[in-house]
Amino acid sequence: MKLKNLLLGAVALTTLGGLSVSAQAQTEIQWWHAMGGANGERIDRMAAEFNASQDEYVVVPTFKGNYTETMTAAVAAFRANAQPHIVQVFEVGTATMMAAEGAVYPISELMEDAGEPFDINDYLPAVVSYYETVDGDLLSMPFNSSTPVLWYNQDAFNAAGIDAPPATWDEMKVAAEKIVAAGYDCGFSFGWQSWVMIENFSAWTDAPIGTLENGYAGLETRLTFNTDALKNRLNTIYEWSKDDLFKYGGRRGDSLSMFTNGECGMWMNSSAYYGSMVAQADFEFNQAMLPLDTDAAAAPQNSIIGGATLWVLRGAEEQDYVGVAKFMNYISSAEVQAWWGQETGYVPITTAGYDLSQEQGFYAENPGTDVAIKQLTLNTPTANSRGLRFGNFVQIRDIINEEMEEIWAGTKTADQALDDAVERGNELLAKFERANK
Amino acid sequence: MLKRVHFGTSVLPYLLLAPQIIVTLVFFIWPASQALYQSLLIEDAFGLSSEFVWFENFENLVSDKTYLNSFQRTAMFSFSVAFIAMSTALVLASMADRVIKGALTYRTLLIWPYAVAPVIAGALWVFMFDPTLGIFVYALKAIGYEWNHKLNGNEAMFLVVVASAWKQVAYNFLFFIAAMQSIPKSLIEAAAIDGAGPVKRFFSIIFPLITPTTFFLLVVNVVYAFFDTFGVVHAITQGGPAKATEILVYKVFYDGFVGLDLGGSAAQSVILMAIVIVLTVIQFRYIEKKVEYT
Repeated sequence: MKLKNLLLGAVALTTLGGLSVSAQAQTEIQWWHAMGGANGERIDRMAAEFNASQDEYVVVPTFKGNYTETMTAAVAAFRANAQPHIVQVFEVGTATMMAAEGAVYPISELMEDAGEPFDINDYLPAVVSYYETVDGDLLSMPFNSSTPVLWYNQDAFNAAGIDAPPATWDEMKVAAEKIVAAGYDCGFSFGWQSWVMIENFSAWTDAPIGTLENGYAGLETRLTFNTDALKNRLNTIYEWSKDDLFKYGGRRGDSLSMFTNGECGMWMNSSAYYGSMVAQADFEFNQAMLPLDTDAAAAPQNSIIGGATLWVLRGAEEQDYVGVAKFMNYISSAEVQAWWGQETGYVPITTAGYDLSQEQGFYAENPGTDVAIKQLTLNTPTANSRGLRFGNFVQIRDIINEEMEEIWAGTKTADQALDDAVERGNELLAKFERANK
Repeated sequence: MLKRVHFGTSVLPYLLLAPQIIVTLVFFIWPASQALYQSLLIEDAFGLSSEFVWFENFENLVSDKTYLNSFQRTAMFSFSVAFIAMSTALVLASMADRVIKGALTYRTLLIWPYAVAPVIAGALWVFMFDPTLGIFVYALKAIGYEWNHKLNGNEAMFLVVVASAWKQVAYNFLFFIAAMQSIPKSLIEAAAIDGAGPVKRFFSIIFPLITPTTFFLLVVNVVYAFFDTFGVVHAITQGGPAKATEILVYKVFYDGFVGLDLGGSAAQSVILMAIVIVLTVIQFRYIEKKVEYT
């Protein structure tokens, strides 16, 4: 493969190049990221290849721990005036970063100042809309983005006699019943439940989860997801859990093993689990779009992304930012995006990257891998489905997790739990508004 | 005529004191003053907009249900840790005090856990009680008990209490055994001649005579449970599930470093500072004076 050779060459070049760095006085660009393991190595390769492609700038990637730790490190560094040029921040940190107007260098502005070519229309609308201002300026560069999909066990479907993956929640029930009847422990499970069952459920049915365009239009936003549609849905799922149609398996990706060891026939979570599925599942698996709640909407809208973006921090030498801009353009190139998407299961952030993957035949060879991108681009994002922008959202997600766990434990009805989650979440939003006004 | 003794002023004593004073200033007084100042501010994470608000952060804490819950939880946690750590150490020390052969070996082994860092201690316990891998969970399953401290708050609390107490037993043991060995042998021998058995001797002679140590350790243990157990909690439960193990010192970390609410977090640490000052005053003012060998 051509790209592979390129990368190998790049690694060799940087190893040699390392010796001449000091002699040539190249400009160093610090990049703090939160990707450990295999993805961390991919980041190193990306930087190495960029460094080899030109000799003015050297991008230095540094692993700073998980998303929260990386963000905290960057905030602390900024306060001490020792911030990196680029920092990777997860999507729920967007409001916090955005509120720090003097600290961040919006991508649109950066590209213009540096004189680098940049057209926001090259990027997938569902991806960039999460990080746009109301005026259409891009704040941070999407890097790793995914969206929740319905993973299903094809062997279980065959055993249970299910022809097609369920497209609605009514069909979910039928499918789950058949799977349990076929001898499986549970019908379906899900992870990242705030993201999948609240944030994406609402976007998919084109319903808001908060006032002021999900927080895009101002800090005075408040949560409103305690709707009848969502209460009914979660109450129903709790009822189903009594017959094992649904089983709760913990936060984040904790329930992955329930799917990969064949306990549950279906699993709703990020498309970026593709790599783990390939490694862990010894059955035939596939992905489908999220089921639609037909009581809440007649047709699906589009799902919203999760993942992280690269934020540029102010405070360095002006000439450094030219290098930063060049690097941003480099990672958005079709080649890099196609490679990154195929390796990780994240969606390519540009249309060109998607097209290239298609040309290379990746989606045809690996059926289901384009579900995420199709789901994201199903319709033009509305104010309800382009994303959300709430301060203190890391803690609000914890609150939602706690309240939803009360539903699954049977200690609260969904009505009570959602009302409480909204009330507790709004206290944090008020606090954020207070601190940032 | 008495000759007045006069020492010439010299910089030497000041120089000798300087390192200690500088360390105290840089690592204790300066951060503490920063925390005090920060607790009166409300500011965004990056410190771009900051507003002096007097005691608003403290008012918020008083009306914050999760903070008051955390306070209660911490009180319960601290006293459980202190009680378990001290009673276990007391039993072990009274046993070790009577051992003649191999006493040094016993003592060394019992003191060992004190050298283990809190995070490592946490990691050890997390391994033993991991719901899918843990050896103890395996054993509990054999007798029909489903252990899962990731979902069950009481089990999580039990685990952090035991892990924290385990680490502190060694320290308490050291003090108890030293106190016991300083009791004159003649007293115990006299009691033995009068016909008092080991249990009687313990409760009538040894235990009353070591009360100063017991009270000292009580304060030290409560302080330990309040402030030094962060590593254990962070390694075992991260405050979860559903805040069941979120003690005050962990909440300071969570609100400050995860939530980036620096003012609120600083206000909490100021309250913790006040608590440790009160405990120290009690220690020096009352306990040292009131408890006497009688």
